[in-house]
Amino acid sequence: MSTPVREAPVRKEPVRAAAALGRAGGLLILAGALVAAMAASLAIGAENIPLGRVVDGLLHPDGSREALIVQDLRVPRTLLGVVVGASLGLAGALMQALTRNPLAEPGLLGVNGGAAFAVVLVIAFLDTRTSLVYVWAAFAGAAGAAVLVYAVGSYGRAGATPGRLVLAGAALNAVFSALTAGVMLLDPRTFDGFRFWQVGSLASRDLEVVAQLGPFMLAGAVLGLLLARPLNALALGEDAGRALGVSPARTRALGALAIVVLCGSATAAAGPIWFLGLAVPFMVRSLVGPDQRWVLPYSLLLAPVLLLAADIAGRVVARPGELETGIVTAFVGAPVFIWMVRRGKAPKQ
Amino acid sequence: MNRLVARDLTLAYEQRVVAEGLGVEVPDGSFTVIVGPNGCGKSTLLRALARLLKPREGAVFLDGEPILGQPAKQVARRVGLLPQQPVTPDGITVADLVARGRYPYQRLLRQWSREDERAVAAAMEAVGVTELADRVVDELSGGQRQRVWLALVLAQETPIMLLDEPTTFLDIAHQIEVLDLCSRLHEEGRTLVAVLHDLNHACRYATHLIAMRGGEIVAQGRPSDIVTAELVERVFGLPCRIIDCPETGTPLVVPADRRKALTAGML
Ligand SMILES: Nc1ncnc2c1ncn2[C@@H]1O[C@H](COP(=O)(O)OP(=O)(O)O)[C@@H](O)[C@H]1O
Ligand SMILES: [Mg+2]
Repeated sequence: MSTPVREAPVRKEPVRAAAALGRAGGLLILAGALVAAMAASLAIGAENIPLGRVVDGLLHPDGSREALIVQDLRVPRTLLGVVVGASLGLAGALMQALTRNPLAEPGLLGVNGGAAFAVVLVIAFLDTRTSLVYVWAAFAGAAGAAVLVYAVGSYGRAGATPGRLVLAGAALNAVFSALTAGVMLLDPRTFDGFRFWQVGSLASRDLEVVAQLGPFMLAGAVLGLLLARPLNALALGEDAGRALGVSPARTRALGALAIVVLCGSATAAAGPIWFLGLAVPFMVRSLVGPDQRWVLPYSLLLAPVLLLAADIAGRVVARPGELETGIVTAFVGAPVFIWMVRRGKAPKQ
Repeated sequence: MNRLVARDLTLAYEQRVVAEGLGVEVPDGSFTVIVGPNGCGKSTLLRALARLLKPREGAVFLDGEPILGQPAKQVARRVGLLPQQPVTPDGITVADLVARGRYPYQRLLRQWSREDERAVAAAMEAVGVTELADRVVDELSGGQRQRVWLALVLAQETPIMLLDEPTTFLDIAHQIEVLDLCSRLHEEGRTLVAVLHDLNHACRYATHLIAMRGGEIVAQGRPSDIVTAELVERVFGLPCRIIDCPETGTPLVVPADRRKALTAGML
């Protein structure tokens, strides 16, 4: 544009540059922490395996007991923890940015409730015990619920405002829990089967789950990360964002799509894991501020670190048995979260 | 023809029709000020001019083309808007906020350039917040914050800037400071359209004044040509006298002292 603007020298901005460098460094540290958590998740368990032997088992699958444990149990579990954690962290950050609500949670779109209902239906009415059927049922349930929430939330002329979506999600979640409970009451065996899915667990899922859901999660993650700048512009208010050239409707629709794909596949793979999607972005914002270009990737990396840590803790505290991951995340996460909120460091969106 | 023109606008929110048959022409290179009582449709008009509100009838033209047919980002490179109530994200720094004004120039494969860096530095320099670049916006005074928001719109580098009540909530010194700044931006060649509440400020700074009431334009032109006691009475329902401002020579509105009349009536 040829607007005459008073020429100002391009200043070196040491502080800003340093801040950006610091944040990039933080991302590297987080990536390192993720690698460390993955290594620990491969080594630690009911039976500890030294890292050297873990590597041996991976490189030379010799059929030894340890190699089998690593290959068949810990590798799938660890990879699942990474993709599920990353999906939930990013979905949570997107949800909080879209609704401009620092306490929004991806489950508010009805995803968890829909997934649970679909799984309970499968357990009750299909005579199957293969986990892949559960997975796809959960995914379909999550997507169906989200579409329903979107339809209800955007009914009428005002369209799909964040507030209306959240309300519709809360209402439909309640409906789904009631339906889920209803089906379980009719059939005690269903209740038993469902209990395990419901607490959220990384254990006893095989690599096939990761292989099938992975592409969805990857697509959701790419889409989500690309929304950072329009979300930044919309954070200035609807009018200011639109005046900068953002289309709020498109950004919201794409954001909701990314959330549903991410959270739906995470829930399908591991059952509902509460809390991660709520707390991680919240913590991240108190670390890096409100810039979504940092908040999104930080949440993507921090959440799997915490999820793996919780999963490892669950294996250690109850040896030789274990605590379900979903229980540990809530137990460990809640006090930390409360502490952060009380410290008042956590910024609003 | 002027770059920003509105013809036969019917502006409405769902049920409520705010204006009908409204025509506005923003003279190129002017400092246009819109005045009128609360709720008369000033913000609504500004939103229509910025492509934020789809008129029920009529159209806004930017550079001769209907504005609604033009891509949002391309409009955003020519028309900037400072809304009446923008949201400051918690914990954002001045430089980061101003940098968000560069959104219309960024694409998937062209994220942040030297050009963006230059525009942001120039915008902060122009409003005098360079020293505050790394401060958190929430912690600034109201006047500083308003200058930071102006810098955001400046960083957008649009030849036309729309400002909705840029001085509301500021004390008198900061109001003048912000208006002097606007006046300088205008002299540098931009077209400014501002909604102001203070009639005297409007008369002092506007090169083109638009007086609205109930969704209609009651009068428009140079302040010294159109501002009369009769106009003020008609637009605001306020009896007054108009004198020449001893400082600038522009019209100065002095409200009639109705307390005298009231007391006289009671006697
Ligand atoms: N989003 C909205 N929905 C419905 N009515 C609105 C909305 N915004 C403004 N209005 C109404 O439109 C009229 C004009 O409002 P506005 O343009 O904001 O007035 P002004 O800026 O002159 O004070 C007012 O009566 C107001 O109540
Ligand atoms: Mg207004």
